Amino acid sequence: MPVNTSAVGKEYPPVVYAVGREKVKEYANAVGEANPLHLDPGAARAAGYEDVVAPPMFAVVYQAPAVLPGMFDPEVGINFAMLVHSGQDFRWERVVVAGEELSTRAKVAAISERGGMGFYDFEVVTKDAGGATVCTGIWKIIVRGV
Amino acid sequence: MAARFEPGQALPELKVTPDRFLTVRYAGASGDFNPIHIDEEFARSVGLPGRILHGLWSMAQVARAQTEAAGGPEKLKALSVQFRGMGVLEQEVVVTSTVRSVEDGVATVDAEARQGETRIVRNAVAEIAAVD
Repeated sequence: MPVNTSAVGKEYPPVVYAVGREKVKEYANAVGEANPLHLDPGAARAAGYEDVVAPPMFAVVYQAPAVLPGMFDPEVGINFAMLVHSGQDFRWERVVVAGEELSTRAKVAAISERGGMGFYDFEVVTKDAGGATVCTGIWKIIVRGV
Repeated sequence: MAARFEPGQALPELKVTPDRFLTVRYAGASGDFNPIHIDEEFARSVGLPGRILHGLWSMAQVARAQTEAAGGPEKLKALSVQFRGMGVLEQEVVVTSTVRSVEDGVATVDAEARQGETRIVRNAVAEIAAVD
């Protein structure tokens, strides 16, 4: 059965995420980040930041709530039982710090099929309060047996 | 201050062994509560050997190898990875990274994360701020 590509280009409503100091610390600890910039507000301020700095991969925390509605969208038609997170790209324009509010918007960037597998790419762009892009992610999903 | 990198240079290896509750902590920290990561019985019921690591946790180890080598989180400009092999708990993860090129103050680095012979993150490409 061919994949349905009608959802390519579809965008989802922006999701606002408030970056919190304790959430940054919890994430940093879970991934083994020991840099005091992530854990100690004093060290972060001494380095010129307003508060603790989120590790770059904290992008998954603020982007996931924006991309999940697309992955569950019946128009996109992903079979979750057969889903594999096959790849991930991030590009960071700058680090984000606790206290910021970020707005993230996801869209269906590409849908294709090869060898009985469906390939779904979501482009996810996060902007700061001033409207400047801080991070762009490409979330890549493979669905087996389409 | 940006570090100096040269093509062909191997960056320091990062080694970390996820303990048996790591995926539970990462689920809470990341918001990804897919039961294949935290429920042994469920994972086995869908044909997995047991609970598996979150791919994005493994990617975070690749990212950490870059930021530690480059001297800070602000040095990492981009990271692209593929997930293939399954990562498991209580087995050492080794991240290896080699500088491919340095141009206009940006080092392009090829990296991967392995557990034994299994490559759990492959074809990783990082861009990090460097001194030409």
